[in-house]
Amino acid sequence: MAQNQFFVDSDKLSSSALEHKHLIENNPSARTNHMEYLEGMEKISSDIMDKVLGEAGRFDYNKYNAEDVKRAINNETCSIEDFKALLSPAAKPFLEEMAQRAKAETSKHFGNTVYIFTPLYIANFCENYCIYCGFNCYNDINRKKLDMQEIEHEMKIIADSGIEEILMLTGESRSQSNIEYIGEACKLSRKYFRNTGLEIYPVNSDEYKYLHECGADYVTVFQETYDADKYETLHLTGHKRVFPYRFDAQERAIIGGMRGVGISALLGLADFRKDALATALHAYYLQRKYPHVEYSLSCPRLRPIINNDKINPLDIREKELCQVLCAYRIFLPYVGITISSREQKHFRDGIVKIAATKISAGVSTGIGDHESKYNGLEDENTGDEQFEISDSRSFDEMYNDMASEGLQPVLNDYVYV
Amino acid sequence: MDNKDTFILGGKEFKSRFILGSGKYSMELIKAAVENAGAEIITLAVRRTNTKKNENILDYIPDNVTLLPNTSGARDAKEAVRIARMSRELGCGDFVKIEIMRDSKYLLPDNAETIKATEILAGEGFVVLPYMYPDIYAARSLVDAGAAAVMPLASPIGSNKGLATKDFIQILIDEIDIPVIIDAGIGKPSQACEAMEMGAAAIMANTAIATAGDIPVMAGAFKSAIEAGRNAYLAGLGRVLERGASASDPLTGFLRD
Repeated sequence: MAQNQFFVDSDKLSSSALEHKHLIENNPSARTNHMEYLEGMEKISSDIMDKVLGEAGRFDYNKYNAEDVKRAINNETCSIEDFKALLSPAAKPFLEEMAQRAKAETSKHFGNTVYIFTPLYIANFCENYCIYCGFNCYNDINRKKLDMQEIEHEMKIIADSGIEEILMLTGESRSQSNIEYIGEACKLSRKYFRNTGLEIYPVNSDEYKYLHECGADYVTVFQETYDADKYETLHLTGHKRVFPYRFDAQERAIIGGMRGVGISALLGLADFRKDALATALHAYYLQRKYPHVEYSLSCPRLRPIINNDKINPLDIREKELCQVLCAYRIFLPYVGITISSREQKHFRDGIVKIAATKISAGVSTGIGDHESKYNGLEDENTGDEQFEISDSRSFDEMYNDMASEGLQPVLNDYVYV
Repeated sequence: MDNKDTFILGGKEFKSRFILGSGKYSMELIKAAVENAGAEIITLAVRRTNTKKNENILDYIPDNVTLLPNTSGARDAKEAVRIARMSRELGCGDFVKIEIMRDSKYLLPDNAETIKATEILAGEGFVVLPYMYPDIYAARSLVDAGAAAVMPLASPIGSNKGLATKDFIQILIDEIDIPVIIDAGIGKPSQACEAMEMGAAAIMANTAIATAGDIPVMAGAFKSAIEAGRNAYLAGLGRVLERGASASDPLTGFLRD
């Protein structure tokens, strides 16, 4: 079969693997039903997905005008309709006004604080085929899974740098990185950090409960896109293909006792305005159902490519990303907003003064390479990175930069109870 | 102000009726709170005790200041009790401000859980200062549970709305025999002054000073406002002013015996 223009075929794949890869890429009917649960996946009773997808599906952002936007900026509380107006193209000329309002809301709820954390990738094995991701199972990359000794070594180096909060990530492979493995890593993390978040494959509520008991307090799951039809074309195989199980992950984590959950779409995969609406509504409806839980939003985006305006008019540039973040802040003044190291320094430094409340520092998306990245010691035996970062500031640099911007860096706001 | 007008809390005497809250910390703020506002009590979020290696908040706080650790982050009585015990182990003393929120959106205190935690911690010898929604039944239960003071909110945290719960706070001041300390929502010195005129025992503030253009000057303004309000309360506000207009001739002047 001829190589198609979007997909990459590794020369290390067996002919049968290659054949299956091409089949699911080219023949939608060869893929499983993405709305159907697989065996062992817990089904909870919740109407949140229907509400979110319903609202996002009906969202006609071209119907809002400047008057709607002005009203939305000035209303004391921001309704869902107001939020939609803020996400609409009509809000573009009001970006500065939105930023002013967003800043006021951020300082009411968070003061001038900015939280600093770092991610720790402990494995990069993956069983999913997400066509846009470097970790996907067909991609020929160096795979690695750290053992407990190596994890502890990484943690020591990170903790020595001064960081007190980490986000532990695995690729999405239940067989390579099982729950017990992650649980043991959480127990180690409790020794070195004040707060441990997880970004792992979605699991059942009893497994979240176990991981919480091991020391994890926060669970982040990216839905990538809330457009289920588009989702189907991007996640061709693996458990991640099951859209509703992923959607309900945060709710299962809450049922399992997690203190907080993080929510996100990868903006740019589908219509970003609808995905931004769905992301915020996902948090909004969860908050109404579980008011005691802490919520946070992330805002990764696919960067536009040069001269892409005509191919994809829905590109999300810095201005659009800023609009989305201001709208998030005005609609959900109490949620944390994390700004990715995919963004460049100038954007991150600017947006923490308006809407974002959490920033990563000393970031490596590779496996087992903190020693080389933090201390300059070379190590050949590392796993490849998930994506290239655009802001490589160390913890100390970030701390000093934030402080010199007049912000108060906070390393931890948790006690594990 | 009369030197005899001391403020007694947990058996300790304080001259100042200004307490620094914990929301936004900086060296400059703590210095201004102590030197310009005269703070003798400073709140401290246990969950944020260390911000950087070699830069522990505890190190910033002068020895003669009483620490008031709070249990922010606790979502029920059990968690608050654990945080309070942790704070005692950390060497933060016996004072504890109970903060229990089960709502991440408005951060309103949960009175029922607060009463439970107060009872347990007062039983363990803590000087318990519960942050509460100004409800008379809850306040009475807190007194019964052994609270050293009650700390009703003036308005939702961060809202800058001042004394939105004024009438209900007045009821607490009138009916409760332990100090009523106003917490959350005081955005301006004038609001602090008003609360003190009403008979509040002390004012807790943070944001209003932390976000001012000139922190030391604003700290001094709060000091003056709190003292003015306290003096007005001690002087006894004219009831005419308090309760509305009255005729200049007494209405009961006709009575003969």
